[in-house]
Amino acid sequence: MVGIVSYGAYIPRFRIDTGEIARVWGEDPNRAKKSLLVESKAVAGPDEDACTMAVEASRYAIRRWGGDPADIDVIYVGSESHPYAVKPTASILADALGASPHVMAVDLEFACKAGTAGLISAMAMVKSGMARFGLAVGSDTAQGAPGDALEYTAASGAAAFIVGSQGVIARLNGFHSVTTDTPDFWRRAGRPYPRHGGRFTGQPAYFKHILMAARGLMEKMGTGPEDYDFAIFHQPNTKFPLSAGKRLGFPKEKILPGIVVNKIGNTYAASMLMGLARVLDKAEPGQRILAVSFGSGAGSDAFDFTVTENIEAIRVDGVPTVDELIERGRFVDYAIYAKYRGKILMGDEE
Amino acid sequence: MRRVAVIGVGETKYGEHWEKSIRELAVEAGLRALEDAGISSEDLDAIVGGNMSAGSYTGQDHIGALIADFSGIADRHIPAIRVEAACGSGGAAIHVGFNLVASGMYDIVLVGGVEKQTDVGVDMSKEILAGASDREWEAFFGATFPALVAMMAKRYMYEYGDIREQMAMIPVMMHENAMNNPDAHFHRRITVDDVLNSPPIAEPFHLLDVAPVSDGAAAIILAPLDYARKNYDTVVELAGSAVATDYIGMHDRPSLITLAANVHASRKAFRMAGMEVRDLDLLELHDAFSFLPIVTLEDLGLAERGKGASLVEEGILSMDGDLPLSPSGGLKAKGHPVGATGVGQAVEAVWQLRGQAGKRQVPDAEKALIQSIGGTGATIAINLFRREK
Amino acid sequence: MVVPRHWREREHRYRLVATKCKICGRIYFPPRSVCPNCGRKSIGNMEKLQLSGNGTVYTYTIVHSGMNAFKLQKPYILAIIELEEGPRVTGQIVDAEPNEVYIGMPVRMVFRRIRQEGASGIIHYGYKFAPR
Repeated sequence: MVGIVSYGAYIPRFRIDTGEIARVWGEDPNRAKKSLLVESKAVAGPDEDACTMAVEASRYAIRRWGGDPADIDVIYVGSESHPYAVKPTASILADALGASPHVMAVDLEFACKAGTAGLISAMAMVKSGMARFGLAVGSDTAQGAPGDALEYTAASGAAAFIVGSQGVIARLNGFHSVTTDTPDFWRRAGRPYPRHGGRFTGQPAYFKHILMAARGLMEKMGTGPEDYDFAIFHQPNTKFPLSAGKRLGFPKEKILPGIVVNKIGNTYAASMLMGLARVLDKAEPGQRILAVSFGSGAGSDAFDFTVTENIEAIRVDGVPTVDELIERGRFVDYAIYAKYRGKILMGDEE
Repeated sequence: MRRVAVIGVGETKYGEHWEKSIRELAVEAGLRALEDAGISSEDLDAIVGGNMSAGSYTGQDHIGALIADFSGIADRHIPAIRVEAACGSGGAAIHVGFNLVASGMYDIVLVGGVEKQTDVGVDMSKEILAGASDREWEAFFGATFPALVAMMAKRYMYEYGDIREQMAMIPVMMHENAMNNPDAHFHRRITVDDVLNSPPIAEPFHLLDVAPVSDGAAAIILAPLDYARKNYDTVVELAGSAVATDYIGMHDRPSLITLAANVHASRKAFRMAGMEVRDLDLLELHDAFSFLPIVTLEDLGLAERGKGASLVEEGILSMDGDLPLSPSGGLKAKGHPVGATGVGQAVEAVWQLRGQAGKRQVPDAEKALIQSIGGTGATIAINLFRREK
Repeated sequence: MVVPRHWREREHRYRLVATKCKICGRIYFPPRSVCPNCGRKSIGNMEKLQLSGNGTVYTYTIVHSGMNAFKLQKPYILAIIELEEGPRVTGQIVDAEPNEVYIGMPVRMVFRRIRQEGASGIIHYGYKFAPR
């Protein structure tokens, strides 16, 4: 059996209200709240980045797990905001966790699905016997260009999953992935902000791939929506996953437990994984989960998990749940947000 | 061991010397000390220079040789060596000079101190000064110098109660004293309210609790006591000289309500001089931050633990009190050109003991203590001066 | 280029690895290669020890006039933390407001960016502390 043995999430402390962003750009303060159903988003502090958040989420995962970080044989860090263009986040993470030096560690990039690409790859390594335990992290300090529609939702956060074949809390029943060349969202090398295809990001990109991957998986497994207790989808906003779920035949009640975007925004590579973490915070043994990511460019990874009785053992004190992380938010105004996220042109350092 | 006297002193004005380089400042102070002693640079057997960070501040290291050269004695080929102990460099240089003469190795030794701080901006200056702490385990994490001493003061106040206002009285006193010192950086009176309402730096310190960034140089000339007795009417002996060290990182010290190096250096210096703390007529203390004199008064045994601030309140340390504190204006108001500071304190002490301190003269002063603190107290130099009757 | 100077400290800075004297059992952070208690006998007898990262605030200050490297965080909280294994360590406190900090406050280690060598240089990561 291969599956998830532990997980940890990290959401930075700062939040900005989407109405505050709208105020600055002269738009309807309720726009994002009404059309995207996103009230606020998480903002990393000036001393945080995809690497620091990956470390924090992974440390929580390790604390829940209680194992030796040196037993982790493979580490994948998926992000579209790796602090270095060249120099892996994964090697810093490996050292910070005490997993180095005997570990295979590498960074991944596939827009918002780099984290789940790491998750399935780590599971494959474990299943093949090439790794005892694997760590897959999705972590992003996502940046939308100032004034762009993306700015309402592009957020910061990380989710880390330890996978293995012993002490599994969520067994992997099946997996299906789809990939096509669909340029709905991109960022060219050396450019600070991404560009996107507007409404093109919807039907031909997000929905097409999510639905294709979910249907592909259910066909493989011989299952239907009624077989799952929870359905989790990549969440660029609240509307999309609800709509995707509906089209697949999932009632809202099975989708809402995995929704975090309404309070913390789209954490990109951590987005679907954060939803999965929130579901695992509450799930009971025997419950079955469908989880589908989406990465622009474009592709989707669909997972079928069943929660095991081991889930109770990892609910330890001192590791916050996703809801606890969401609740600790402290709101800042646009000026502080701009300062923290490097949107202010600074003078040269002496 | 030979006894040692100070036969000449001199200093530049402290302040912002935009038009003068480090070498000009050093030479100016040195020449004044030579003139005061009535000797010429050819008479020197060695030079010891106190300096913290010429390399970082001006790009110039190797300042021992540089100063000997620009004093016009390059072709005398005498030894000229820099001594560095951060902000305590001046006091430590005096200790080294003392030992050169006391040992019999050299007779006439010039001890200079110099710092040229205004050649860099204030942000860079903060980083340079932070090199006096543990760079890798304090400064690296954002510990500025004021922040470190502020944490000391915070812990002290946690243990002994709020002394915020008493601390503020020290800069007020220093500015008052500096009114009568033409060499001082500042000539402007301030009030306790001014201190408390100045911009916060690192709580509990505000801007006026903190010594300024200054340029300046000072020099003293040491000689065997017998030589001084033969050649000068008034003789000031450098009667005791000691340097002590401590953990460089504050986090490693067992206690933050004392500076252990203060206790050790002062005990040793007093023993060497055959003096006691109650004999003193004046103190020149290292008031880089308003808190430091308070803990020093306790370390010297002048006040009980936790009671140093009451000494300030009682007025004992003012110019008309029993034991005037830093008649020069101290680091706060005379200025703090780091490497020069300790030597400048010696200049003041000698002027006071000779009765040459003008309007700030402590009447009939005979014995003086000067204290030079390096870092947050990882080096402390105590030097004691005594006038022969 | 100051890469090696920081690189060699990474296990200490990334995750609070201390040194422990095998002779007297004393624990040192920042790490020491010689035990002040045992002197030269301790040479070769210092072993590594992973600290828990939990501690309490021993003293602190709010830095208003800070170093340029921490400009975006002004005013920032600097503290000496007494770790539960004994050693004290200097570091910043994050995820707390200045008026929330007090001597004795329980804190835990977190992983943050400390400094960087300009926009194109290396990023130095290390420990800070957050309320526990």
